[in-house]
Amino acid sequence: MIASILHGRWPLPASWRLTAGQVPTTPSSGSSCTGIQVRDLWVERQGRTLVDRANLDLEPGNVHALVGPNGAGKSTLLSVLAGETRQNHGQVTWSGRPLDDWCPNALARCRAVLPQEAVVTFPLTAWEVAKMGRLPHRTPEQDTPIVHECLKRAGVLHLSGRDYRSLSGGERQRVQMARVMAQVYETGPQRPGVLLLDEPTSALDVRHQLRLMELLRTDAARGRAILVVLHDLNLAAAFADRITILEGGRVADSGAPRDVLVPATIRRVWGVDCVVETDTHTQCPWVRLRYGASKPHCELESLP
Amino acid sequence: MSAVAPEWVRPGPTVNPEGSRSARARLVTLALIPAVILAAMLGLTTGAVAMTPWDVLRILTGQLDDPFLHEVIFNLRLPRVLVAITVGAALAMSGVALQGLFRNPLADPGLIGVSAGAALGAVAVIVLGTTVLAPLVLPLGVLALPLAAFAGGLATTWLVYRLASRGGHTSVATLLLGGIAINAIAGAATGMLVYMADDQQLRTLTFWNMGSLAHAGWTLWAVSAGFVMLALAALPFIARALNGLMLGESVATHLGFPVHRIKTLVVITAALAVGASVAIAGIIGFVGLVVPHLLRLTIGPDHRYLLPASALGGALLLLLADALARVIVSPAELPIGLLTALLGGPFFLWLLMRQQGRLG
Repeated sequence: MIASILHGRWPLPASWRLTAGQVPTTPSSGSSCTGIQVRDLWVERQGRTLVDRANLDLEPGNVHALVGPNGAGKSTLLSVLAGETRQNHGQVTWSGRPLDDWCPNALARCRAVLPQEAVVTFPLTAWEVAKMGRLPHRTPEQDTPIVHECLKRAGVLHLSGRDYRSLSGGERQRVQMARVMAQVYETGPQRPGVLLLDEPTSALDVRHQLRLMELLRTDAARGRAILVVLHDLNLAAAFADRITILEGGRVADSGAPRDVLVPATIRRVWGVDCVVETDTHTQCPWVRLRYGASKPHCELESLP
Repeated sequence: MSAVAPEWVRPGPTVNPEGSRSARARLVTLALIPAVILAAMLGLTTGAVAMTPWDVLRILTGQLDDPFLHEVIFNLRLPRVLVAITVGAALAMSGVALQGLFRNPLADPGLIGVSAGAALGAVAVIVLGTTVLAPLVLPLGVLALPLAAFAGGLATTWLVYRLASRGGHTSVATLLLGGIAINAIAGAATGMLVYMADDQQLRTLTFWNMGSLAHAGWTLWAVSAGFVMLALAALPFIARALNGLMLGESVATHLGFPVHRIKTLVVITAALAVGASVAIAGIIGFVGLVVPHLLRLTIGPDHRYLLPASALGGALLLLLADALARVIVSPAELPIGLLTALLGGPFFLWLLMRQQGRLG
């Protein structure tokens, strides 16, 4: 009794509970998270339009890259999908049901979000941070092997006993990645789950960037839907099934890497010149920026 | 689990660096219970009239029928020990809750102005209770004092929280500076009320700024203990959520926690506990800072253990401090608030020095 109270189980109606272990009000597990549709999404904050009539389809089994200049609304779009920010207009549907109809806990058990940064002020070990991903679940006996496996896949198992705050930026990012993977771990082939990742490679060295993207590909092959914000166009070209380019809150283009990554679009959106070649090994598009040929530095200030 | 999980999710052999820590957390929490009982016994035996623990036990169980000793135990020492336990538990617990809410180990009800706000509420009832506030205070009777302290604590907690957190982030600098301002304002308002007070009220008020366990009667203690019980009942709800909040508000949202509801509950819980303790004992600083910090070093930051362990640790600390306060200048006694400030102040300085690089 005392143990169950300590773990937040309390004899009250489910709607009164304040912990993450609520009884899901969702339909059968087989139908959860089979795809996300974003229609006419419009987000405005303090008089500024952050997302402007955006459409997006996130399919199971796909790695979907979201690219665009700084401040294009990528993170805002992601946080709407995560249920954190509310849109002013438009609709987000998960498996055909509006996002608002989902019980937050049921959502948390099949969808995980990697934020750009997470500040930790308490002396948590890397292991404990990764284990946070298990909070929405009621599976104490499975938590240890799952957290172990996820830390291993993220390549940070050797850091599990270290204080999270003493880790380097890239190591922290990988620990957070382990936390995210632990959150949707046992969803399995029947319930592949959704990952929303905001710049997961920003602090990683090239080796770990590749390892992470390969990890995402393996996950997608098992039916997981993955939306990933990236800045490296070549990573997106090599690993994404679809690329959506955001510019000033609008979708500038969306489609297969080969169709989207063309010099004209890149010049229009980012203001840089490039040539797009084909990688002889992977047959993926390869964006080669032309240094010195883009607009001079002094003009950067006046870019839109 | 291999029966339900497909092959690719079956994990290999594991390491678990956390196992020893949670075992230790359980051990420390359990060990604190007999420690609190022993310290309570120490509190009952210490004082001008020497008594053995055996005597105390016989008086408590009614086997020793000495009217004088009976009087000493039931009217002087037992209420005092119970007040020490209640106040210590309340302060340490609200310290943990506030630190979890602000995600900062420097949040303390005394430092950020919550205690001062609660004291202002209580002083207002004492000074103005028979005149200006009479229509409000008289119908509430004995509840007026703790309720006013609770209201004052609630208002300041809410104000500090609004000041210090913007868009899911908490600024430590704003938190501490806001605490200074609120302490100054509440202190000045309390000072003005003290200036208006008559002689008899002044005598009631003098202990307020220094904190004392000596002035609480059975009734006031019972009411305040009720407040603390309410706060304790909320703990199981907030422990897991505070764990989720350690990674930030947005991560807690992603993990499925109803963050807004939890923040409201934490603010109310902390204000209840601080209001109750200020109503019976005045301002006693640093308990909410020192106890959670030491326990976090020992058992880690998991709030499922940290909250109950801190409640016990706070009770233990205040029982020992009270026994010490009665012994060092015997037969007089030191106000316990002075003692905790004398011990807690240097501790806070040490904490600041250790944190220098991270405070920002």
